[in-house]
Amino acid sequence: MPEIRAEGVSKIFSRKPGQVARLIFTGASAEDIRAAGATPAVLDATFDVQPGEIFVIMGLSGSGKSTLLRMLNGLCTPTSGRVHVSGEEITSLGAKKLRNLRQRAVSMVFQNFALFPHRSVVENAAYALEARGVPKAERLAKAREFLGLVGLTDWADRLPGELSGGMRQRVGLARALAAETGILLMDEAFSALDPLIRRDMQDQLLSLQRSLDKTIVFITHDLAEAMRIGDRIAVMREGRIVQIGTPQEILTDPADDYVARFVRDVDRSAVLTAQAIMLPPGEALTLDKETTVSARAPLAELLVPAAQSPVPLAVVGDGGELLGVIPRETLLNALAGCQTGQEREVSLG
Amino acid sequence: MADDWLPRIPVGDAFESGVDWLTENLAPVFDWVEKVLDSGVSALVWLLLAPPTLVTIAAMAGLGWWLRGWRFGLISLVMLVLIDSMGQWEAAMSSLALVLAASLVTGVIAFPLGVLTARNDTFSTIVRPILDFMQTMPAFVYLIPAVMLFSIGVVPGIVATIIFAMPPGVRLTELGIRQVNPEMVEAGDAFGAPPRQVLSRVQIPLAMPSIMAGVNQVIMLALSMVVIAGMVGAGGLGGVVYEGITRLNIASGFEGGLAVVILAIYLDRVTAGLGARSAVARAEKAAQHA
Ligand SMILES: Nc1ncnc2c1ncn2[C@@H]1O[C@H](COP(=O)(O)OP(=O)(O)OP(=O)(O)O)[C@@H](O)[C@H]1O
Ligand SMILES: [Mg+2]
Repeated sequence: MPEIRAEGVSKIFSRKPGQVARLIFTGASAEDIRAAGATPAVLDATFDVQPGEIFVIMGLSGSGKSTLLRMLNGLCTPTSGRVHVSGEEITSLGAKKLRNLRQRAVSMVFQNFALFPHRSVVENAAYALEARGVPKAERLAKAREFLGLVGLTDWADRLPGELSGGMRQRVGLARALAAETGILLMDEAFSALDPLIRRDMQDQLLSLQRSLDKTIVFITHDLAEAMRIGDRIAVMREGRIVQIGTPQEILTDPADDYVARFVRDVDRSAVLTAQAIMLPPGEALTLDKETTVSARAPLAELLVPAAQSPVPLAVVGDGGELLGVIPRETLLNALAGCQTGQEREVSLG
Repeated sequence: MADDWLPRIPVGDAFESGVDWLTENLAPVFDWVEKVLDSGVSALVWLLLAPPTLVTIAAMAGLGWWLRGWRFGLISLVMLVLIDSMGQWEAAMSSLALVLAASLVTGVIAFPLGVLTARNDTFSTIVRPILDFMQTMPAFVYLIPAVMLFSIGVVPGIVATIIFAMPPGVRLTELGIRQVNPEMVEAGDAFGAPPRQVLSRVQIPLAMPSIMAGVNQVIMLALSMVVIAGMVGAGGLGGVVYEGITRLNIASGFEGGLAVVILAIYLDRVTAGLGARSAVARAEKAAQHA
């Protein structure tokens, strides 16, 4: 069962009450809604997020990412549609049950950190536990444990104002992790950080994720970031989800021009893996002469072997079994963003 | 003068009969309020005047030192000794007692009102014009009905002071809470904290600088009003100044006025010092040094 499921979720902001219901009821289009003076922030979003998955929502500023995310923990109520979180239909929950759900199932990391300036780092990290009434000694101990996990043990008794941006966001992360919820919502959590620090934070998130196994919904407007950390990516445009797919699918098979323009500048050699571009093995190949590469190796790692090997590279799985081959031509085409393995296969067949 | 064709609307008469009605029907309530305020002020006056004058002066200067440093402590010491040597100490302490009592009551009413107005737009829209009214109506006007509702003495002065000093207390509390970064409140909500807890542990602490500015304003307005209240028998420095004016006694009028100024400076700096001790103010300072 998916950990999060959104079914036809829409959010329309309007200053005139009653107008929204009418717009939805009459099935107005985005243009009609805008013409009526309302803002269609999210329109008909449907997706599932599986347990343990990092699901990235990507789109330009104003495309409705934050609004969509805020509907996943009820900070914002959908105009229509349904949201299921951890098996509960949250759109019908009362205020108390909703709070309860936020305390035990969903925590959040904010773009501008949203740390409380008047509380020490450890008190900030303990906030989620405080909100659910955990006794002081216990919550501070747990907060220290999670500060250790993000490498901030020595800073526990400082104030947030004394920390650098990257450190502050690690406090924000520790605060969310200390809640020990299954779901983590991250709204442009790394966007306010310098590129180098952002990269560190991405690495740290990925390595934490390997041991913590959370269900993460991560918002970004940076495609490179989306590709780096996302298991799957949803691309949003003007309130609508225009494509959902793995980074490779988005890259190799963009749903429309909008997505295609987005992915044009991505470093393909870092995102695409051998598996994504390999051709079927064809006639019996023996694995003695070929250079073998892992199916999960990014293309960047294939360049040297391909240059040195006179014959196509052999792609092998984790067990060493042969999965496919990559001739130099295929590799070059993939890097240039031309045809890929699957497409060629189709066009040949 | 109103135009002839315009009927004279007796707003003032209506107000007067309202006050009359209150005097006749709610007398027990006003008596009770009077008793409470009267004994509260008496207790404060006793507290300020019972110890030897120099001990009280030392204590007040010590408070100034603790809150703002030795320089201000020293200045307070000199200024307070000056009040005593002008022979105004008793009057000053009874004024101070009035200011403290009125400010305390004002705070107790203004703070919850400010919180409510910050959290409820409708309530805020209703309260705002009332506050405007209270603040812009010339302060003397409160004194007349106050004297009718309570007997002459300190109580009408306190009541008029409370009405006069209330608006900035409510406003600055409301403003402070509304100005708290919405992300902070959202963070509280996002972790499932109940609204009351978000209010008490996030919004109010973060609004503290503004709330303390409100406290400062309330106390300063109370002091200015207490002087006016001297005219209706509230005594203290107001009485001294009033007497100086009516008897054309420039010397004692000036001494009373100077003592008011000294009290004002002292109270202003001390409340500002209190504001600087709030958690947020300390955090801001720490951030600057980082
Ligand atoms: N509370 C609100 N009231 C009215 N309109 C809103 C509200 N919140 C968001 N909107 C509008 O909804 C649209 C989507 O906003 P949203 O914040 O979800 O976009 P976003 O993709 O997160 O953008 P950004 O990258 O700038 O954070 C915008 O046009 C915004 O102006
Ligand atoms: Mg946003």
